[in-house]
Amino acid sequence: MTASTRHPADTIPTPPGVTLEPGPDDKLILSMGPHHPSTHGVLRLILELDGEIVVHATPDIGFLHTGIEKTAEGLTYQQVITVTDRMDYLAPLSNNLGYALAVEKLLGVEAPPRAQVIRVILAELQRVSSHLVWLGTQGMDLGAISVFLYALREREKLLDIFELCSGARMMASYFWVGGLLRDVPPQFEGAVRKILADFPARFDEYERMLTHNPIFLERTQGLGILSKEEAISLGVGGAILRGSGVDWDLRRDMPYSGYEQYAFDVPLGARGDVYERYLLRVREMRQSLRIVKQALDRLPEGPVRISDRKIMPPPRAELATSMEALIHHFKLFTEGFKPPPGEAYQGIESPKGEFGVMVVSDGTAKPVRAHFRGPSFVNLQSLAQMVRGRYIADVVACIASIDIVLGEVDR
Amino acid sequence: MSEDILLIVIKVAVLIVILLTVVAYTVYVERRIMARMQSRIGPNRVGPFGLLQPLADILKLIFKEDLTPAGADKVTYFLAPALAAITGLAAFAVIPFGNTIDLFGIKVNLFIADINVGLLYLFAMSSLAVYGIVLAGWSSNNKYSLLGGVRSSAQMISYELPLGLALVSVVLAAGSLSLGDIVKAQANLWFIVQQPLSFVIYFICAIAETNRAPFDLPEAETELIAGYHTEYSSLKWALFFLAEYMAVITVSATAVTIFFGGWQGPFLPGWLWFVIKLSGFIFFFTWMRATLPRLRFDQLMRLGWKVLLPLAALNLVVIAGLVAAMGG
Repeated sequence: MTASTRHPADTIPTPPGVTLEPGPDDKLILSMGPHHPSTHGVLRLILELDGEIVVHATPDIGFLHTGIEKTAEGLTYQQVITVTDRMDYLAPLSNNLGYALAVEKLLGVEAPPRAQVIRVILAELQRVSSHLVWLGTQGMDLGAISVFLYALREREKLLDIFELCSGARMMASYFWVGGLLRDVPPQFEGAVRKILADFPARFDEYERMLTHNPIFLERTQGLGILSKEEAISLGVGGAILRGSGVDWDLRRDMPYSGYEQYAFDVPLGARGDVYERYLLRVREMRQSLRIVKQALDRLPEGPVRISDRKIMPPPRAELATSMEALIHHFKLFTEGFKPPPGEAYQGIESPKGEFGVMVVSDGTAKPVRAHFRGPSFVNLQSLAQMVRGRYIADVVACIASIDIVLGEVDR
Repeated sequence: MSEDILLIVIKVAVLIVILLTVVAYTVYVERRIMARMQSRIGPNRVGPFGLLQPLADILKLIFKEDLTPAGADKVTYFLAPALAAITGLAAFAVIPFGNTIDLFGIKVNLFIADINVGLLYLFAMSSLAVYGIVLAGWSSNNKYSLLGGVRSSAQMISYELPLGLALVSVVLAAGSLSLGDIVKAQANLWFIVQQPLSFVIYFICAIAETNRAPFDLPEAETELIAGYHTEYSSLKWALFFLAEYMAVITVSATAVTIFFGGWQGPFLPGWLWFVIKLSGFIFFFTWMRATLPRLRFDQLMRLGWKVLLPLAALNLVVIAGLVAAMGG
């Protein structure tokens, strides 16, 4: 092709070592993305095609780079919460949780029991909502459009709950270092109970549409296989890891936020294909509801913020009467709190795998380094392995089954 | 003689207007039904119940910018949508959609032309339609379009064969290629009852022929963006859209004519029966689109060549044997 007949997408620079020029062997080089309906955002794949078969796939990331880690260095510890929302924007509360726990570890404090239980409830609902988006997009990428609309209909109900608590449907910023933004409103319990009552039947409905659908089986079984060893060496997490038969869930194996107090199963697969991941995620949603139910039954009374005024601002009412409260409030919102020098790492089981937060403090009010280990980023590495030698249509199904969120891949 | 020609011209003009309206409202009905199935509302803003939505859509499409990509083969790029739309409309000419009616003292047959090779003509037109898609895919200078075009040519060629074989078995039973005669042969018993397998094969192939879900691979939007019409805009795109829905209506009308007794039915006038049966098929198309995932290219080919073609051939042999045995 001459320069004048290039497609606009072909003019975007390619990663080092990858070229869009056709090689001597007449392979078709297809620049799939960054604007493509099923790359789940702005992922770009450079596919080397032999007919419809993928010879080689190179993911090209960075189109949604927002510099979140660098931004965090210029914010106080509490302010960083808001930027964590924007990484995995389908599971902002999980990001909040990971970060809040890491900073709490650095400070050597622990959120009050009520806050911990509410965190678990919301983190599990967040898992369900994230999985619902995955389910919908997985269905839609295979051409089953109705599943997408059903799944998002249910997700709306969950977003309503997040809105009830935090005022925001997506960017909740609800988990703070040392507790919660505020206590949940009185309607909260009823709303969650309604979800617990409604959702299992809805999951059955999706399963009726997909689990035994011959076309769905044909499209997903034996596709995107990742062996146990490959899964471990690539460092993938979440349903991809468990789908390949590695029994690893941080909620059970390295508990945080009191997860050890809840009874739940970790669904485990063996075949490591797209269908297995589908089954696991649907089962995980049911397990999440089980955890939510237990947590709701034992929801203790009490404060949702730690009483340490050097970390958490005092209640609003105190400001009018107490000079000390006013000073604390002023100090916290102008300067922030200062954790002791040191570093802390906290990994949590986010809907997509291990979401890890590494915070380094030099004793000032801002983190000197905040690093986020994004599960989408790590899981995406397995894509090239999964699609080699498969059809273009399979690429789409594999991307969906990895369940990436580009906001977090690129950060 | 000149009166006859005048009558035919009037019929053609009226039919084209009706068909274009039907296509527009098929889209509307499909959107409303799909919306209902997916717990949405669907178009309801333009006019009462959104009934003017098709008009708004057409106007919007007319005023859109008509783009031709750099490096496209301009002549082919221009002709491809026209080819798709013309063959789609022309195919309808042989379909009888009602009995003879009396209009102002003139006997009017409710079809354009009852030619004695009607079925063959229908095949010819649907086979030509594939050129519109292939040429569109090839001339757009876009890799997605090219892949879509290749897919659709492979798909349409593979499914033409079992489709033809399924219909030939009906032709054997009816003893005529004329669609008018085939309808009359079903006065007592519809062919769906006599040859259910032929119908199933025909219908599966027909879905593949029309590139509709679950065989909508040439334009699989989640894989190939929009397939062969990725680069098309404005009225050219509208023509592809028209061709696709025309194809749906044509294969449904063919199914009604060949397997469901055409316009025949008790009490109601013939054309109304035809419309009722046709609506049933269009609803079924919509229903499938809302329910089923999409097959993969190789699976589609496998189904066509390894399952449907042998089955259709076997079906044909059995039916031919039966016809011969009954002294047909």
